Amino acid sequence: MIHSLFLINHSGDIFLEKHWKSVISRSVCDYFFEVKEKAVDPENVPPVLQTPHHYLISIYRGKLFFLSVVQTEVPPLFVIEFLHRVADTFQDYFGECSEGVIKDNLVTVYELLEEMLDNGFPLATESNVLKEMIRPPNILRSVVNTLTGGSNVGDTLPTGQLSNVPWRRAGVKYTNNEAYFDVVEEIDAILDKSGTTVFAEIQGVVEACVRLTGMPDLTLSFMNPRLLDDMSFHPCVRFKRWESERVLSFIPPDGNFTLMTYHVSSQNLVAIPVYVKQNINFFETGSCGRLDITIGPKQNMGKTVEGLMVTIHMPKVVLSANLTATQGNYTYDLTTKVLVWDIGKLNPQKLPNLRGSLSMQAGAPKPEENPSLNIDLKIQQLAISGLKVSRLDMYGEKYKPFKGVKYLTKAGKFQRLSLSFL
Amino acid sequence: EVMLIPTRPRLFSVCRNEDLKEMLESSKESLKLEAMKRIVGLIAKGKNASELFPAVVKNVASKNIELKKLVYVYLVRYAEEQQDLALLSISTFQRALKDPNQFIRASALRVLSSIRVPIIVPIMMLAIKEAAADLSPYVRKTSAHAIQKLFSLDADQKEQLIEVIEKLLKDKSTLVAGSVVMAFEEVCPDRIDLIHKNYRKLCNLLVDVEEWGQVVIISMLTRYARTQFTSPWKEVRGQSGEVMKAFYESDSEEKKGHTEEKPYIMDPDHRLLLRNTKPLLQSRNTAVVMSVAQLYWHLAPKHEVSIVTKSLVRLLRSHREVQYIVLQNIATMSIQRKGMFEPFMKSFYVRSTDATHIKTLKLEILTNLANEANISTILREFQTYVKSQDKAFAAATIQAIGRCATNISEVTDTCLNGLVLLLSNRDETVVAESVVVIKKLLQTQPTQHSEIIKHMAKLFDNITVPMARASILWLIGEYCERVPKIAPDVLRKMAKSFTAEEDIVKLQTVNLAAKLYLTNSKQTKLLTQYILNLGKYDQNYDIRDRTRFIRQLIVPSEKSGALNKYARRILLAPKPAPVLESSFKDRDRFQLGTLSHSLNSKATGYQELSDWPAVAPDQSVRNVEIIEASGSDSEEESSESEKTSSDSGKSSSGSEQSSSESELEQKKKKKTKKVPQKKSKPTAADRYSEIPAVCWSLRVTTSSFGPVKTYELLHHMTGKGLAAKYHFPRQPCLYQPSMVAVQVILSNSSDHSLEEIHIGDRSPASLSIHCFNTIERLEPEASVTVSMGIDFSDSTQAANFQLCTKEDQFSVSIQPAVGELLMPSSMTEQDFCKEQGKLQGMNETSATITMETANASSQAISKQVLSVANVGVVSSSQNNFSRFAGRTVSSGALVLVSLELKESSTALLTINTEKTVMASMLLRDIKQALTQA
Repeated sequence: MIHSLFLINHSGDIFLEKHWKSVISRSVCDYFFEVKEKAVDPENVPPVLQTPHHYLISIYRGKLFFLSVVQTEVPPLFVIEFLHRVADTFQDYFGECSEGVIKDNLVTVYELLEEMLDNGFPLATESNVLKEMIRPPNILRSVVNTLTGGSNVGDTLPTGQLSNVPWRRAGVKYTNNEAYFDVVEEIDAILDKSGTTVFAEIQGVVEACVRLTGMPDLTLSFMNPRLLDDMSFHPCVRFKRWESERVLSFIPPDGNFTLMTYHVSSQNLVAIPVYVKQNINFFETGSCGRLDITIGPKQNMGKTVEGLMVTIHMPKVVLSANLTATQGNYTYDLTTKVLVWDIGKLNPQKLPNLRGSLSMQAGAPKPEENPSLNIDLKIQQLAISGLKVSRLDMYGEKYKPFKGVKYLTKAGKFQRLSLSFL
Repeated sequence: EVMLIPTRPRLFSVCRNEDLKEMLESSKESLKLEAMKRIVGLIAKGKNASELFPAVVKNVASKNIELKKLVYVYLVRYAEEQQDLALLSISTFQRALKDPNQFIRASALRVLSSIRVPIIVPIMMLAIKEAAADLSPYVRKTSAHAIQKLFSLDADQKEQLIEVIEKLLKDKSTLVAGSVVMAFEEVCPDRIDLIHKNYRKLCNLLVDVEEWGQVVIISMLTRYARTQFTSPWKEVRGQSGEVMKAFYESDSEEKKGHTEEKPYIMDPDHRLLLRNTKPLLQSRNTAVVMSVAQLYWHLAPKHEVSIVTKSLVRLLRSHREVQYIVLQNIATMSIQRKGMFEPFMKSFYVRSTDATHIKTLKLEILTNLANEANISTILREFQTYVKSQDKAFAAATIQAIGRCATNISEVTDTCLNGLVLLLSNRDETVVAESVVVIKKLLQTQPTQHSEIIKHMAKLFDNITVPMARASILWLIGEYCERVPKIAPDVLRKMAKSFTAEEDIVKLQTVNLAAKLYLTNSKQTKLLTQYILNLGKYDQNYDIRDRTRFIRQLIVPSEKSGALNKYARRILLAPKPAPVLESSFKDRDRFQLGTLSHSLNSKATGYQELSDWPAVAPDQSVRNVEIIEASGSDSEEESSESEKTSSDSGKSSSGSEQSSSESELEQKKKKKTKKVPQKKSKPTAADRYSEIPAVCWSLRVTTSSFGPVKTYELLHHMTGKGLAAKYHFPRQPCLYQPSMVAVQVILSNSSDHSLEEIHIGDRSPASLSIHCFNTIERLEPEASVTVSMGIDFSDSTQAANFQLCTKEDQFSVSIQPAVGELLMPSSMTEQDFCKEQGKLQGMNETSATITMETANASSQAISKQVLSVANVGVVSSSQNNFSRFAGRTVSSGALVLVSLELKESSTALLTINTEKTVMASMLLRDIKQALTQA
């Protein structure tokens, strides 16, 4: 299926190649470079390309292109999903997925790629299994390894691959048994100028960090599971029990993993935690404009809104901004024309305000459209959909684990859009 | 610079390689490892390290695992180039193939089969055949991968490889399934006949197969189903709208007659596939979700397809690349089935952060979804897109508006007016695109729009984009009689600027001139001739050609032939309006989710999806003889699950024939806490909730269910309304391997609800029980099934415990029959005899019995033995021998049962096990079962 993989950095250097069948010359990438050149922005490179003898399927992650070469029909999502899994694995092993880190760990990376595919077909992609075969690097061991010639390849062989629980390794032991769950929700919303919700939905994800001895069998139940509209599960979740009882029953992988992602879409359910009063005017004469923005709390369930930040992509004609912020700092990037106002914590007693004048290129016509505002925020200890974990039960093991749940709400592509009509 | 790069590092690497060679030849392991690491680094960077081959290959037998692995990496990379030297390493792998450790065997096969050296083909073939019969499923999986490697190295091996594939397809391990289907797809995708017998097994294993295997299996089964089942689509035919009719046209005539003859009944196997793939829509793996979606699209009855919508829309929140592929597929789907995606229209709204190709696809889908009801919302959305900074996208939006205008006649005028307003837009691209679209729209209804043409003629001087200028010229020419005053004036201007125009504009000028000459020759004769003269000497041969042709056609002369008379009819013929349609219109010729679909051209190795057969091929080809199953050995699976286990008093989980029935069944199940398992063979979905917590060293067969006996635990009179029954589901216990699984059915026959039902004190105190969760509340008339695990420690001593409600406590006890303390164990006849040999003397118990004549067949014996003991059938080559193997649940001691048939219904029953007490009890039970009818 997957014939070869090339890792290409932002400036177009191929810094790693791996072939699972016969070697394909790296000149095959030239077709890709040609398209990349035309696309200007790397995000605009189409993920699937056709060349006379090969097909190129690529992803762009962490300023790197993962370019795979295939020769025959294959579901493109199969390859794309796999490439993202490779990037996830690097992230998991090295803490980030960047050119520097890959170059520093070239041998480990190569060993991983060797295990992940056999003849172009995925072999071991579960983090638990891989970690048994190839140990993630840590500083102490790499020092010891250089001195003693020790290795980062596990000397015991993985058992996970063979068991009925392929995602979990056997013989896990901890002195402190803990299971933590993070419920993280992102609000995606588009509001029109009057603050009416045009589009809103909540993306949620339950991230787990489970460090439990043996083969624990967990059951996680929610107070209000009916809220969830659509979800996807880690393969460990028993689908049948969710269908019949709305509980998540699973034997967890060891360590960090995404237990499930979900979606809450009903518009009236989506609370918008802040309101924005905005007034941006560009004047026909005098090449200037005015800006006045105030932000206040709306439906925040009594929690503090933190990490508040407003980003505005100004029209090209705006040369500079002369503004005063009652709270936080603002910056205006002259080249990208992006105005960022970093507010921080929202104080309901004293609402933050940013106002002042914008100066525009002399003689240029007034921008057709007012720019849209993108708002970033965070609310700790709150899942905005109201989802709550009610209990976690453990079977199969006798000890009492420590259990914890955390909630967090973030802004997704939360944006305030000014609509005007033709 | 390009010339320099290869030479300089090479010089450098030569000296470095010398030093690496030295390190490899040193006696120090750490130095060797360091050298190999650097070499792998060179390979990763794409540098040539082939000259180190002799030094590296020496280390192939190293004891150090990491060193060995790195050598393998090197070997696989360079063996093709250094074939002779590579042969030196082969014997090492051959040795490793016999290693007792399965991982060493697997990795040896992996490397051996990756060495692309033709001379070792026979060795590879042999190794693959041996590995395919290996006891370890992991090794068998590796052999499935090796099949493809060998096939690509030497296609002549095809026939032999197909034999191995056939064998591996029968494999019951979830580990193997995906890989062997992959091999099948690569080597012999047309050998559909190999799938028949494995079809149901693959369907049932599917949820437990790893994600990647699922994708491959689903795509293969989609193709399979299209050749084996009849179309489920014809019933909907009558009710469906026009859009759907168009879709059905392709699957043609013969069905019409067919439909009238008999109503459509879905093949149970067809239903099985649909049912078993559905849970996978919830997979985290986007490729799996997409493959299920395409399966439903190509195989499900029309009204069921929409269950995939939500999951597809979910994928739109994944990575950009995933969005791209999913949107492409939705674009194709939304042409035929607007209704599927219309409720999710807002998910296709363009965000300012979307990449260009994502934006274009979303636009495409929104246009496909437009109808009378939602068009105003969509147009409002489009209006904001037109203002986008991304001008290419704005232009695409204008095209989309044009398509909406032609498709929905109610809004044609609104759109047209909107587009005319855009003509005064500041941006050139927007104006140009609007002109082009207006031109197309006007063609569809030219009568009432002379005003717009005039308006455009006025704008003409300010428009510079060639395509737009050409479009305006064409419009004026085509409808010159409606703008009789303006047209000649425009021609005059064009005559002036002709030489400076782009080619397409020149061509349209020539056209305009010709048309005017025919309608208004008085005013334009001279102008036309001037333009024709300019065209005659143009640099572009197309224009010269066209000019010559036009002159001959319109200007009467001696040479001009008969065509001259018809010039007007030729040039000013009414022309059909262009149809503005989706660029995804023809994509449905490809299977959704494929690379070919994504590229809109047939990719190498693309397998055509066949049309439904008019008459279904023989269904019985998929029937399988099930060796382990009791009683109904030779019957087909589906009929088996139809049978109800008579003494359980509850219906089994239903026939596979109709969806409604099985849905009902599902609802019933919702009430129960744990899904009761009464099928003679569990479906995969059921198995999903039953993953045993422990990996067994021997493969455990879970399928030997005889009729289930239910025992009373608590009578409702003694239990003050609470009644409890239990049975042994004969499955590995979920909680602990040493426990026997027990299912308890609690029901409330009192008139008030019972609260907090749980298990209290137990005796003996050391008894290890895995209790069910406290049942908070049990309503009157309700019942609930719960699972428990009890460790009986291989004894038939009763487990006593208290069954408590909020108010009361009842002492109850579960006394297991000895046969329930066993787990089936699968082994070959050979192994059986070997193990039996080890358990002689004290460990052997035997008796001669006289059997009821009805029990004398081997099938009946199996049935009877399995009814009393949870053991596995060992397939036997001798007719007069029946053998069964099991292990005790707690200690895992082997229990071997063999029965030798003698003359006139007598038989010798022998039990070999180190648990002698159990043996005598088991002997008694089996004897009893066999001697009575």
